[in-house]
Amino acid sequence: MSAAHPSAWRPPPFFGTRGRQNLVLLAAIAYLVWSVSTLDIDAKRALAGFGRAADLFIRMIPPDFGRWELLLRGMTESLQMAFAATLAGVVLSIPLGIAAAKNLAPRPVYLAARGLIVVGRTFHEVIIAIFFVKLFGFGPVAGLLTLALSSTIFLAKMLAEDIENVRVGPIEAVRATGAGFLQVVVYSVVPQVLTRSVGTAIYRLDANVRHSTVVGIVGAGGIGQTLSASFSRYDYDFAAAILLGIIALVALGEWFSDWVRRRLR
Amino acid sequence: MALAREHAPPAGGARPLLAVEALTKTYPGGARALDGVSFTVARPEVIAVIGTSGAGKSTLIRCINRLVEPTSGRVFLGETDIVSLAPGELRRARRRIGMIFQEFNLVDRLTVMENLLSGRLGSVGFFASWLRRYPPRDVANAFAMLERVGLAGLHDSRADALSGGQRQRVGIGRALMQNPDLLLVDEPTASLDPKTARQIMRLIGALAQERATPALVNIHDVALAQGFADRVIGLKAGALVFDGPSAALTPEVLTSIYGAEDWSRTIRKADEDEAGA
Ligand SMILES: Nc1ncnc2c1ncn2[C@@H]1O[C@H](COP(=O)(O)OP(=O)(O)O)[C@@H](O)[C@H]1O
Ligand SMILES: [Mg+2]
Repeated sequence: MSAAHPSAWRPPPFFGTRGRQNLVLLAAIAYLVWSVSTLDIDAKRALAGFGRAADLFIRMIPPDFGRWELLLRGMTESLQMAFAATLAGVVLSIPLGIAAAKNLAPRPVYLAARGLIVVGRTFHEVIIAIFFVKLFGFGPVAGLLTLALSSTIFLAKMLAEDIENVRVGPIEAVRATGAGFLQVVVYSVVPQVLTRSVGTAIYRLDANVRHSTVVGIVGAGGIGQTLSASFSRYDYDFAAAILLGIIALVALGEWFSDWVRRRLR
Repeated sequence: MALAREHAPPAGGARPLLAVEALTKTYPGGARALDGVSFTVARPEVIAVIGTSGAGKSTLIRCINRLVEPTSGRVFLGETDIVSLAPGELRRARRRIGMIFQEFNLVDRLTVMENLLSGRLGSVGFFASWLRRYPPRDVANAFAMLERVGLAGLHDSRADALSGGQRQRVGIGRALMQNPDLLLVDEPTASLDPKTARQIMRLIGALAQERATPALVNIHDVALAQGFADRVIGLKAGALVFDGPSAALTPEVLTSIYGAEDWSRTIRKADEDEAGA
């Protein structure tokens, strides 16, 4: 009996036939070699960079906390920006997230909301910030709007995905009692997504603290703007103080986010 | 809680409690799950709907409250033709139909009390329900219901902390909180052990009788169906192939519904169950 059955078996190749699989592999290697060879990596420039890094590093020590008021003002502005943007993002993402959930929204609404999210996610925060700085001028208003917009898009996408993953049974059961749309949402969808959504919002708050330091560099306010100004004035010891401040701020945000999310269940 | 309502006797010309007329459902993709099913329910009784898996039992009861849209046919709940209702009217009609599910379909993170009170959602405004401000009568009825289904004291437990049998009791309570004119029950015991299954079927039967509410119960356990139903409807490939008192379930009838099998033990077991119940 055993003689009639093959004793060797390999999983079927991913690209159809084994020959085609080898061809794909070969093409990938060739592409990798070609792209590295065309990158134009100049060893001399790379080495010079290392030298300048040492110079810069030396000039950063010791960090200068003399202008601590400026530092504190920048950090406070960044924090306020992050908080306000997260809050606005949470509020605005609720209707957008519901509209972008396939199992709740009518098809045209779903498509429109998904389209908005796709377009919104196309551009990085920094690009949006540049745009808003052009519209509203330098300062925290541009930063706030940037982070509020990107938070809304991000949170709406996460919410829509969470809503699409809820159990349909409870939704049907509540619908079967004759409940209206909002009652169905509040009684069967919200309880299923609430803890996850609070976790996502806290994560986004933490991310916004980090992003707020970045968008400042293009002039959208906060500690990033202070940092960018100090670099362009070759104020490296003050820049070092700012960098330490940012590290502390981000660490604090991360710790807080972990602390809250550990308590959710 | 004397909640049993009086049902007008189906005097000449009056509609029966439930009339299903030539109900047909073809799912997108082509599967004809229901094929011209007609039957009427004239008095409050427990009706078991039996048939193999895929025979169309779930589709039938889900077409009655339009969780699934029927392709054609009519469903009269009293005077109301459910199939023709606009969305707002459909919501109002659904209040009159309680539904009990195989997977219980409780909202896990809500308390037992919230799950019970969600049976009142159709009759309570949005803000009142959001803020959990239910009319005192509803709250009193919910506590009475909790006691009736054997869960007194568990009102503040989270639904996901209960056992399967307890969860189905909450599911039953939620459906009855609607004070419905009809109960739709889809495989209420398929997720439960045999002993709990019998207790749950007995509870559904007793409550349907107390409240004079007709109940349509999908069930694939023939012995259980015979033990607890007054009447049996048999579906095969979407068509109604049997409709009669449960005592009339002979091996020949079962063969016409399920195909050739040895039914003697199934039916004998049902008789023994009856003696032991
Ligand atoms: N949502 C659906 N889409 C397509 N086909 C379905 C759907 N639900 C059920 N069906 C098909 O309809 C038939 C009847 O299913 P169902 O009513 O669930 O049977 P039962 O409850 O008796 O097991 C089956 O062939 C099933 O595959
Ligand atoms: Mg079924």
